[in-house]
Amino acid sequence: MSNNMRLTLKIWRQGGKYKGEFVTYKLDNVNEHMSFLEMLDVLNEQLIANREEPVAFEHDCREGICGTCSLVIDGRAHGPMKGTTTCQLHMRHYKDGETIVIEPFRAKAFPVIRDLVVDRSSFDRIIQSGGYVNVNTGQAQDANAIPIEKDQAGEAFDAAACIGCGACVAACPNASAMLFTSAKVSHLALLPQGMVERKKRVLEMVAQMDKEGFGKCSNVTACEAECPKEISVGNIARLNREYIAASLASETTN
Amino acid sequence: MLISAQDSVSLRTKCSRNITKKPTHHFMSWFTKFLVSSIGQKFIMSLTGIFLMLFLIVHLLGNLQLLNDDGGDAFNAYTYFMTHNPLIKTISYLLYATILLHAWQGIALWQQNKASRGASRYAVNHVRSNERASRNMAWLGIVIFIFILLHMWQFWFQMKFGTLPAVEVTAYDHPVKDLFTPVAAAFSNMFYVLFYVVSMVVIAFHLWHGFWSSFQTLGLNHKKYTPLIKIVGVAYAVLIPAAFAVIPLVFYFTRA
Ligand code: HEM
Ligand code: SF4
Ligand code: FES
Repeated sequence: MSNNMRLTLKIWRQGGKYKGEFVTYKLDNVNEHMSFLEMLDVLNEQLIANREEPVAFEHDCREGICGTCSLVIDGRAHGPMKGTTTCQLHMRHYKDGETIVIEPFRAKAFPVIRDLVVDRSSFDRIIQSGGYVNVNTGQAQDANAIPIEKDQAGEAFDAAACIGCGACVAACPNASAMLFTSAKVSHLALLPQGMVERKKRVLEMVAQMDKEGFGKCSNVTACEAECPKEISVGNIARLNREYIAASLASETTN
Repeated sequence: MLISAQDSVSLRTKCSRNITKKPTHHFMSWFTKFLVSSIGQKFIMSLTGIFLMLFLIVHLLGNLQLLNDDGGDAFNAYTYFMTHNPLIKTISYLLYATILLHAWQGIALWQQNKASRGASRYAVNHVRSNERASRNMAWLGIVIFIFILLHMWQFWFQMKFGTLPAVEVTAYDHPVKDLFTPVAAAFSNMFYVLFYVVSMVVIAFHLWHGFWSSFQTLGLNHKKYTPLIKIVGVAYAVLIPAAFAVIPLVFYFTRA
């Protein structure tokens, strides 16, 4: 086990004594089996030992399912590996002596709170505006009570894999939240349980997305390339279709 | 029927009255809401873009008449037809409006998107090679717009308001304006030919992304047909501008 990787980190610091600037740190005891976040833990221990303010970054599950970790690493949301969250990125993908630039997600709708932590509550408000289904209360229904065609269920499941991390926004030159919103709309629009609010949902989620100040999709597809769950831009086409149909063809007049 | 707790309460209190709310808004409300929404603005880009792409085909068919080595006979007959047929004249006004709308909406989106990205930029940017056109649609569009302005000044304005000499053509029994002569003159100018060819390359990049993008924006994707749309898009983006560019090159190198 090699415990001697040396790295130079250029990390965005913002808040406290930092006005919003890159600060360079050296680490000389990085283990290749560490995850990227464990590497940052080591840095923070070193900073605390030196009585310096540790770097603020977000994490929770550390197993790629919660969507809390973020970071733009050398210009790429969640780092260089395809279909991988930052917490699942391992230091074996880096070489001894490398310099790594670490920045927060940048978008007007994701303001920086401190260092590498951004406020992603705009995503919560998009979900609140329509990302739900109404169900009858009482005993839970049998899981297979409503038959769903297998491919359809599979496609809904692929969309449901979105962990709401915001990497799509971070990667998009327009800071558009279309991949996220389209995943949420698709997941419910493909299932019979989502039919009740189908039109209302897409109208309100897009309205909220616009209100939050996210950009307008230019179909660049950088989102799909960086998404840790490899959500397809086919969902964006579905969102467009659902929205155009709901706007122009629904009986809703306001 | 599934109803939320909130709705069911309001239903109960209202059940003696009409459940469906009376529409409180008129046509312009939902329609303008759609047009100013993110997807609505892109909808405008897509429809105007598709109209412009169809127009380019018609325009190319006309320009190809220039390749007939007939001293401009077919070309001049064609330009007469295009400027006198009432249907075509109507469509041409629609076309001018479309260009302006597409350009205006495109620049507006560009500015809105810059604002959404925010004031602080990434220190390191990772741009995949397939994103070079799509990330620069506005710059490509601005070059196309300049080309269109110059192009209109040079040929369209001359045709409409200039004092072009009249010539006889076989297709009509009366003389028509001779646009062929100024076109041939322009195409013997090295700088104009260069500018023209570069502009066609710019249009090719714009459509390399734009063709597929316009379908995606309308929500027209399909597992079976999207791969085909992408292939047709690339073919269109390469072949149509290339065919336009060939004409001045032929004039410059073989007729000058
Ligand atoms: C021959 C002329 C032109 C054609 C055929 C054309 C075609 C297209 C098409 C098909 C799209 C894709 C629409 C979509 O993504 O849904 C597009 C996008 C765009 N066009 Fe054009 N265009 C032309 C001229 C222009 C001009 C003159 C400008 C601006 C000055 C312009 C600016 C843009 C911009 C900014 C976009 C990207 C919009 C976005 O995705 O956010 N285009 N164009
Ligand atoms: S679509 Fe992908 S990148 Fe965007 S929030 Fe969902 S998981 Fe993250
Ligand atoms: S910390 Fe949960 S996905 Fe990375």
